[in-house]
Amino acid sequence: MSILNLFKVAIRAIFSNKFRSFLSMLGIIIGVAAVIIMMAIGQGSKESVRANLSQMGTNVITIRPGAETRGGVRQDPSAMQTLKQKDYELIERNKKYVTYVSPEVTSSGQAIYGANNTTTSLYGAGLDYLNIRLWKIEDGTFFTEDDIRKSSKVCVVGKTVVNELFPDGGDPVGKTIRFKSIPLRIVGILKSKGYNSWGMDQDNVMISPYTTVMKRILAQTYYSSINCSAITEELTDDAIAELTNILRESHELKGEAVDDFTIRSQQEMMETMSSTMDTITIILVVAAAFSLLVAGIGIMNIMLVSVTERTKEIGLRMSVGARGLDISNQFLIESILISLTGGVLGVLVGWLGTLLCSSFGLPATIPLWSILVSFAVCTLIGVGFGYFPAQKAARMDPIEAIRYE
Amino acid sequence: MDDKRKVVIELQNVKRYFKVGNEIVKALRGITFKIYEGEFVTIQGTSGSGKSTLLNQLGCLDTPTEGEYYLDGTPVRKMSKSQRAKLRNRKIGFVFQSYNLLPKTTAVENVELPLMYNKKYNASQRRAAAIKALQAVGLGDRLEHKSNQMSGGQMQRVAIARALVNDPAVVLADEATGNLDTRTSFEMLVLFQKLHAEGRTIIFVTHNPEIAQYSSRNINLRDGKVREDTINTNILSAADALASLPIPQDD
Repeated sequence: MSILNLFKVAIRAIFSNKFRSFLSMLGIIIGVAAVIIMMAIGQGSKESVRANLSQMGTNVITIRPGAETRGGVRQDPSAMQTLKQKDYELIERNKKYVTYVSPEVTSSGQAIYGANNTTTSLYGAGLDYLNIRLWKIEDGTFFTEDDIRKSSKVCVVGKTVVNELFPDGGDPVGKTIRFKSIPLRIVGILKSKGYNSWGMDQDNVMISPYTTVMKRILAQTYYSSINCSAITEELTDDAIAELTNILRESHELKGEAVDDFTIRSQQEMMETMSSTMDTITIILVVAAAFSLLVAGIGIMNIMLVSVTERTKEIGLRMSVGARGLDISNQFLIESILISLTGGVLGVLVGWLGTLLCSSFGLPATIPLWSILVSFAVCTLIGVGFGYFPAQKAARMDPIEAIRYE
Repeated sequence: MDDKRKVVIELQNVKRYFKVGNEIVKALRGITFKIYEGEFVTIQGTSGSGKSTLLNQLGCLDTPTEGEYYLDGTPVRKMSKSQRAKLRNRKIGFVFQSYNLLPKTTAVENVELPLMYNKKYNASQRRAAAIKALQAVGLGDRLEHKSNQMSGGQMQRVAIARALVNDPAVVLADEATGNLDTRTSFEMLVLFQKLHAEGRTIIFVTHNPEIAQYSSRNINLRDGKVREDTINTNILSAADALASLPIPQDD
């Protein structure tokens, strides 16, 4: 029998039992929709995390003092004081794969202006800091080289700090606020970055020259970290190698000696995040895929009923010349048609579900390949679970089948 | 006997045994006969005589345990299932007792069915052949009627048309009048006699001895053997019998 006629016969069989066919499709519809929605949520979250991280600079490299900690070993506090002015200067002088370098020291505390106060973080940084962290000045200026040399009592502040300390409006630039009782004159305001993907307010910051923070606030001679940016994201690994060499030389580490610093890149972090998201997505999709398996068993069940019901028809077809192959093709195409139609409807429902998720603020985008995979899986289910009933039909004895009541 | 006619069916000592549990049931115990082109043969016997088993053999639905069966010159015993399916498709037309039409399907589509399994026919050829066959059984005006919109007699006519559509070497009817009332049964016999007159080879398997009077030859089976094989020299006309039936009165 030709393929076209087989399809006609299958469509007629499906339509002659509309409700039953729909019920067996329903399993596939739910399964496919679930898989599509799960994949969309996985993909969407991954993209949003990626977008957030790239907002912080994808080529950022952070050097922290101290070796990579291993479980349970307590490190000497002096190990956390290894990053010094000398390291910074050496990097500045020898960098090839690194464009920007800035020391970083941090302090948390209360900022006060008049009757208002707020808890915030003060970052001590160099001139390149804005370029590395992708901050922009919205109003006023950044501090200058001169400010760094003189440890000037100046700062730039984030939007949240402005809103907390100057609730009545007015231009904060030029005003002097106090951080841990040290007066700092505001020279600029940072452009807002909003919240990051783990809900941290990126605008609740103050930035001052690192010299100011080290000498006047923390009274320390070491950095809490050095921030760098690689020329491009792709050259991050080369930049890390270069920085490692410079620092090992500077710290006089020879041969087997373990690094007394740790270098982390944003790229690495993104990869870690991505792979975590991937794992979660896989778990979700596998759970959804089980519903597809159950749907397949449903189709097999219905096909077995259908074969038994149509025993007499099978006997007739065989006696007028249908071969076993013709009969098994007929039932296979029927089960493929049921599962593919279910697949198409499932993709549709999945698409609507994804729109619903997005409208509730859940990031979700359907990866195109997930649709293709759904169709492939549906065809496989149709063939896989239709095979046994189709074989049962094909192996019938025409003599018994034609007299079956 | 006139042996110059073409032999359509030849059975040479055909035996068919079934294993039921530990026992062997001998359904056919050695059957030998030839059927020539253009014969209208009734195969008659009581239940248990082996006529169903013989019909399955003649229809290539089954193969002999021993002996050989030639259909239109082709030996059937060693054929595979698919080879026999093809042979059935080209050489045999079946008419069953319970019509076996596809439900919710029109007369034309039912008649087209055997040609669906023959790649030599395209859609328009199939339809043309089906219409021709339906006209031959007097249903030229019922082409698009569905099987559930027809009477038993009409359904059996569709089934006969389906048996004729592939222009078979032999039409095999299995109790073809068994489900019909007397009047409709005679109408069928008239149709079979007409086909016979047109030169068709017909084998009519029945338990009803009356039908033998309307055929050209009767083979009587008992206990898996041919008991009697007689040429009917006095073929009754089914049309006359139909005319002499009392006209049914509605209550």
